Order: sequence, then structure tokens, then C-alpha cells
Amino acid sequence: MKKIFSRPESLRDASTHYCPGCGHGIAHRLVAEVIDTLNLREKVIGVAPVGCAVVAYDYWNFDCCEAAHGRALAVATAIKRCRPDRTVFTYQGDGDLAAIGTNETIHAANRGENLTVIFVNNAIYGMTGGQMAPTTLLGQVTSTTPLGRQADLQGYPLKISELLAALPGVKYVERRGLFSPQEIIKAKAAIHLAFDNQLKKNGFSLVELLSPCPTYWGMSPVAAMDWIKETMVKEFPLGRIK
Amino acid sequence: MKKKDAKVLLSGNEAVAEGAIQAGCRFYAGYPITPQNELTAYMARRMPEAGGVFIQAESEVAAINMVMGAAAAGVRAMTSSSSPGISLKQEGISYLAGAELPAVIVNMMRGGPGLGNIWPSQSDYFQATKGGGHGDYHCLVLAPSRVQEAFDLMFSAFDLADTYRMPAMILGDGMLGQVMEPLSVRFPSGTDAKKAAKISKPWALTGCAGRKPNVIKSFYLKDGDLEEFNLRLQKKYSLVRAKETRYEGMMLKDARLVLVAYGTMARICAAVVRQLRSEGIKAGLIRPVTLWPFPVEAFLPRVSPARSYLVAEMSYGQMLEDVKLALNGRAKVGFIGRAGGGFPREEAIAAEARKL
Repeated sequence: MKKIFSRPESLRDASTHYCPGCGHGIAHRLVAEVIDTLNLREKVIGVAPVGCAVVAYDYWNFDCCEAAHGRALAVATAIKRCRPDRTVFTYQGDGDLAAIGTNETIHAANRGENLTVIFVNNAIYGMTGGQMAPTTLLGQVTSTTPLGRQADLQGYPLKISELLAALPGVKYVERRGLFSPQEIIKAKAAIHLAFDNQLKKNGFSLVELLSPCPTYWGMSPVAAMDWIKETMVKEFPLGRIK
Repeated sequence: MKKKDAKVLLSGNEAVAEGAIQAGCRFYAGYPITPQNELTAYMARRMPEAGGVFIQAESEVAAINMVMGAAAAGVRAMTSSSSPGISLKQEGISYLAGAELPAVIVNMMRGGPGLGNIWPSQSDYFQATKGGGHGDYHCLVLAPSRVQEAFDLMFSAFDLADTYRMPAMILGDGMLGQVMEPLSVRFPSGTDAKKAAKISKPWALTGCAGRKPNVIKSFYLKDGDLEEFNLRLQKKYSLVRAKETRYEGMMLKDARLVLVAYGTMARICAAVVRQLRSEGIKAGLIRPVTLWPFPVEAFLPRVSPARSYLVAEMSYGQMLEDVKLALNGRAKVGFIGRAGGGFPREEAIAAEARKL
């Protein structure tokens, strides 16, 4: 019998702590599949964020470094500069990358660091219990926007990917959504390209993944997928940004 | 640096940078702040020559986290700053301690609190020796008092950091950073760059070819794991306390009165001791070189039998507390200190000493 589907070698045989319907499991797997495909498992160094994916290193089967909240791209910058022949990537949420770590994000991008960034945008802080994220939509109810996010009080959803795309050091930016098999296939292709760019020394590449958080969106997993497809993509349109 | 035995004229800031490079430091990230800018500029020029990485970071926060990345990758790494910038680095230093990563942090202290001023100070002693960031941890803290010693101690700092897998701090002041003195650029005892490149770091992140994946982290969520880790850290700190204290004693054997000072203040106090001796007062000096671990043994009666001590600092009494703990009520302890730009003058220290 021919084996046509198995766990990627880059993914450990472990149960994750993620909530039912969470997008992190899909995103972890896509990263692991791409690393296997490119035969990078023994050459890759991942940098985990602070947030729901804080223990991503318990699920991936390759070298990983912790970073303080928001500092993944500073840590990754130094790892890559010290070991330019290794493949280095960060995996960060919206709070990590676009709130507390905005400075590190913009400057690593502006330096054109030859890094790959997987940016998981679920429009909320999951680990800490559902607070407003920089990417929270207008009107979206969170524990710190009980009446819904209001532009005059909390500003607008931050389109960090579009902002980064304006920088000359950034070579590739694409936004995909993890809400249907077709879209997940497209997300994997984008992640593949982002790693391939690094191998070709093209410079800074970022893939933003719109990812479901049923728990703190207060939805069923299926409704959360639909919410990305119908509502979130209006604010964060899918496709190649740069 | 052509000849190893040549004398060169360097500022303390430059000597620290050159010492670091010769000790095998191959990663430096820093952010501009006075009075340590010569160090960053020196690194910008010298580090690429030495085949290392220099990055002007976007902030002090980014710089210390870059140091974390470089240390995780197994490279001798350092950053430098001055007081307000060091405050910003505290989170990162705590992570270095928590992830058991070796790195060197240089603080050329200036006046505080807040933005303070840019003049020499010793007001960050508590921050350096008692933790600074969150959690039960320590940095090894070395306090040079001369430009030559600043150069020499860089070798110790990197060696100690590697040996114990913990952050080491060079605690200087703006005076030491700025003053220029002749320096013999020769290898003191310690690991040089060639040997440093060969230090085995099996825990480092290099890609997991031929081994199980390495993970660098300070996160212990499972019940009991963090306590176990903290106990391991404490055991390491006990070992450091037992093995790594350093101090310089001057005329302690017959001293009736002992001055205690570190860094720039110790140089001033050495002159005071000579002055007092010329007056027939049996004075001595204890100059702690390691501030953490604090050289408690220097205060044992068999080393320093004096019954009166005078602590002098460019602060309002920080090391003073460690001196009192070391003496444990055995002797009278006086204090003289100034902060905010000035330092206690020789005559003022001598006058205070004569009262004891």
C-alpha cells in the first residue's frame, strides 16, 4: 500500500494546547510541510513569539528560540547575521508583531533582513483572554472593547502588511486566509515562496495568515471560518501585496 | 592594533571594545547614548575587520534582544549603553538569565534617575547587582577602575559568561568611559578570539543536523518545572559566589581604618589612603572588582582587622549596604557619597575618614 499522507518530519507527535477550531494547528503544519519539502529541517532555526504560539517549539521538530514579547525579529536578525547559511524564520501573532513589536518589525523589514516571517492575524489577543488587538475590526467586541472597537477611541485596524510593503527592504508580502481547503493550499504556496526567497537571498518576506479564534470571537469553529471569509477579508483583502 | 605588546592611547570606552574583540566577541548591537558612544563607534569600525557582526539597533530593547539571538546562535555577543539605556535592557537581561545564555552588557553609568545627566555616576549599583529585571537572577558584575583593567576584564567577562552560561556586566562610569590612558594591548589570562571560536556550545542553535533539536527558552509552564529550574539557577549562583569573587586590597594588614570603593571612586580613595598614611593614620583600601558576587571575604578579620570603614560612592549609598552585610555589625561603617555629576573630593573623604 502506498502512503500518501503522514505527519511532516518537522512536526512532533504531540497534542497541541490550542482550542478547538484554532488556526495555529493549520499554520504550524503548513510551515512544517514547507520546511520538509525544501529539505530544511536540519538547517532551520525558528523563533517563537509570546502569545498563543509561545510553545510552538514543543510542536516543531527543529531548533527554536524563544523571544520576549514583540522581539522575535530582533532575535531572528542576530541569528541570521551570525549564521547566514541557516534558514531563520519568526512566527508571530498580531499583538506580538504589530503592537508591542512594531518597532522591531519595521526596522528588521527596513534593514531588508533576509528572513521569513509568518504573521498570524486573528484580530485578537488569545493567550491573555480576548483583548483588543491592533488588527481588531471596527465594531468587534473584545474584553477591552466591550462596546465594540470604535475608531475615535481605539483607532483603526492596523494594516501592518501594507505598511511594510512600502519599505524598499521588503521583497515579498502576501496575505492569505485559513478558512477553506482551497485557501489553505494557497497559504502553503505563499509560505513556500517566503522560505524560497530566503534561500535565494532575496530579502525580507512576510506571509500574513488570517486565522480563526472561535473561543474569543465567541463563535463555533465553522462560524469563525465563515467570519474570516465574509467579514475579515473586507478589512484585510487576500492576495499578494508586494 | 599591530603589535600585541604595543602601548596605545585609548579611552575606557575604546579599550572595552578592543578587549571584547580580542576576547572573541563577534556580535555587537548598540544604540547611541552618551557617555559611551565611542564604544559603539569603535565597534562599527573594528567588528567588520574582525569578521564579526555590528548592528546599530533601532532601540536599546532591540539591541539586547539581538544579543540574545547571537548568544543563542553560539556567538560571543555584547551590547553597551549607559544608565537609562540599561534600564530599557532589563527585560532582555532577565531573559538571558532565564534562558541561561552567555552575553556581556556594558554600563558606563551616568547620572539618574530619569534622564538625569551625562556626567559620571555610580547610581546603578542596586540595578546591576540585585537583579534589575524581573525574577530571581543575577548578573556577574565586574567593575574596572582603570582603562587597562577595562580592557583586561573583557576577557574575564566573556569567559565567566560562557563558563556559567549567564549574563556578565561591566559596570563602569562615564569617567572611566571617557578618560584616555596608555594601554598595553596584550593578552591577559583568558580566552582569546581563536580559542573562543572553538568553545563547545552543544546547546546552541545551529540547525539540528545529527542531533535532537535544541530549544532556547525561559518558559516553564508545567507545575513544578519553574521551581526546579530556579533551584538549579540558585545552585549555579552559589557556585559563582564561592569561586568567582575578586577584590584588590591595599595596606589592609595593619590598617585601623579601611576605605571601600570601586571603579573611579577607588582611584580617588587610593590617593586618600596615601595621604592619610603620610599623616601617620593607618589607612587601607578594599576595592571590590566583582560587585556580584560581592567579595565578602575581604572583610573577614583575618584579611582586614580594622574596626572602622568608610564607604565612598558616586551615589547616596548603594554598595554601602553590601559592606554592612559583609561586616555584619562587626565594625563601624561611615559613608560619603555624591551623585548628580560630582564625586567626593580627596580632602572631603580624608576629613570624613579622620572623624572615624
